[in-house]
Amino acid sequence: MSIDIDTARKVAHLARIAVPESGLPKLAGELSAVLAFMEQLNEVDVSGVEPMTSVTPMRLKRRADVVTDGNIQEQILKNAPDAREGFFAVPKVVE
Amino acid sequence: MGELNRMTIAGARDALAAGEITAADLAMSCLTAIDAADGLNAYAHKTPTLALDQAREADRRIRAGGAPALCGIPLGIKDLFCTKGVPSQAASNILKGFRPEYESTVTAKLFEAGAVMLGKLNMDEFAMGSSNETSCYGNAVNPWRRAGDKAALTPGGSSGGSAAAVAADLCLAATGTDTGGSIRQPAAFTGIVGIKPTYGRVSRWGIVAFASSLDQAGPMTKTVRDAAIMLGAMCGHDPKDSTSADLPVPDFEGMLTGDIRGKRIGIPREYRMDGMPDEIEALWKRGTGMMRDAGAEIVDISLPHTKYALPAYYVVAPAEASSNLARYDGVRFGHRARLAQGDGITEMYEKTRAEGFGPEVQRRVMIGTYVLSAGFYDAYYNRARKVRALIKRDFEQVFAAGIDAILTPATPSAAFGLGEMADADPVAMYLNDVFTVTVNLAGLPGIAVPAGLDRQGLPLGLQLIGRPWEEGDLLNHAYVLERAAGFVSKPEKWW
Repeated sequence: MSIDIDTARKVAHLARIAVPESGLPKLAGELSAVLAFMEQLNEVDVSGVEPMTSVTPMRLKRRADVVTDGNIQEQILKNAPDAREGFFAVPKVVE
Repeated sequence: MGELNRMTIAGARDALAAGEITAADLAMSCLTAIDAADGLNAYAHKTPTLALDQAREADRRIRAGGAPALCGIPLGIKDLFCTKGVPSQAASNILKGFRPEYESTVTAKLFEAGAVMLGKLNMDEFAMGSSNETSCYGNAVNPWRRAGDKAALTPGGSSGGSAAAVAADLCLAATGTDTGGSIRQPAAFTGIVGIKPTYGRVSRWGIVAFASSLDQAGPMTKTVRDAAIMLGAMCGHDPKDSTSADLPVPDFEGMLTGDIRGKRIGIPREYRMDGMPDEIEALWKRGTGMMRDAGAEIVDISLPHTKYALPAYYVVAPAEASSNLARYDGVRFGHRARLAQGDGITEMYEKTRAEGFGPEVQRRVMIGTYVLSAGFYDAYYNRARKVRALIKRDFEQVFAAGIDAILTPATPSAAFGLGEMADADPVAMYLNDVFTVTVNLAGLPGIAVPAGLDRQGLPLGLQLIGRPWEEGDLLNHAYVLERAAGFVSKPEKWW
């Protein structure tokens, strides 16, 4: 499976990483090389094998559905690049 | 006592308890060594004030009596661990300026035990790399050099700063994390010990996530005994990590009996790779002989799906990374790109991530995005998860047949030169993980032990792989190997 420039552009957009048009051919080449490496997996007979979902056969713990913390607005916002009036601030989202 | 920074954890613990040294002197000795070693670029953020405060507190605890083993022991902490109020940026520009408001479970446990933090250690960006060359802080440098050659070598990766710091005595020990070999490969490249515990043994809470089903933290130390002591302080159940195992933590140090008579050691034939250097092959044979001489039974075993571990890993890990790294969006923490007139939120995301992530991280995020995208999910991601199940089954079968531990080389070569792989394609760099990545896919514990020097005078390591949750037994095997190999070499100081 080889990645063409259109696919590279689409993947970059899905990943929300700006890649200039001039960088797309190199990106397509690199992605193709890695995918070619992955093609080896097609040699393996996986019929009847369940995909692994957990590393250790362990039942996930449950806890009571109760609030255990809160009132830490200042800490939550402390590392924000732009916080105003107790909120995260972002550019316009809808027209 | 001269150079306290050269001590082991066990040696310092005993000297502290006996009142022969103080934690403050010990910390000061390390801080002095660190300031004289900027050429290694091992520490990305130094925390001398915190270290001396913690050391004085540790001295009070030791004087009061009953202090835990790690009380007063100065450690380096990989930059992947969130440490309250101290820069924690996973060696990425996208987390520039980030100072967590909370403490990772591992560092909190270490501090409760009285450990002293000297600073944050260099690493590959988001732990993605095998040479520490993807770091936003620049390369960490291996204190070891080839005989008669001044070329700078990689300390390995991703825990390259941790490995360099331990090998150069810039701390007594360090934390590392291992997703595909990131503790064991750098340990092998620098002649130190590094253990990746069973998946679930150490809490992942507060460690910047790379691939959540593979990530585990562990100690990187000068000796196997030190690894046993420090691992004991790092593990234990944590309700904040849903995959953390609710199992008692044994006395790992107490399990170092040095007796492995009657144990069965598996030698997997699939790890004999084409083109493997003679010296690695010879080292592996010598290690096998040492285990046999110690009274273990050597058994040839087969792990038939070994060959597919790397391609499976390079589907699963980027897939999980693309999901985990979606949180770096320029909204809640870290870097946000300067925007042009009229830019909306999508441009903010795209520009922020293009500026903040380095090339290898971008590549892996995009590969992960691709293999998870509609139409390819089954062909790549689900197939890789099935192959992963088969790799795990290979190990389960040999353990069910009575194998106690598996002996393999740790890496396919000794440390290589910084920049040497710059023009290679990404897959060539991925081959560094060929002997270690199977262990992460299967969730098993694995340890790298220094076992000899190559012709150029560089350290080489062997890896032992253990049964799940049997870190104590694994450490005991490693202890036997360490004693038999008698590795005592240190890099000649040039920095």
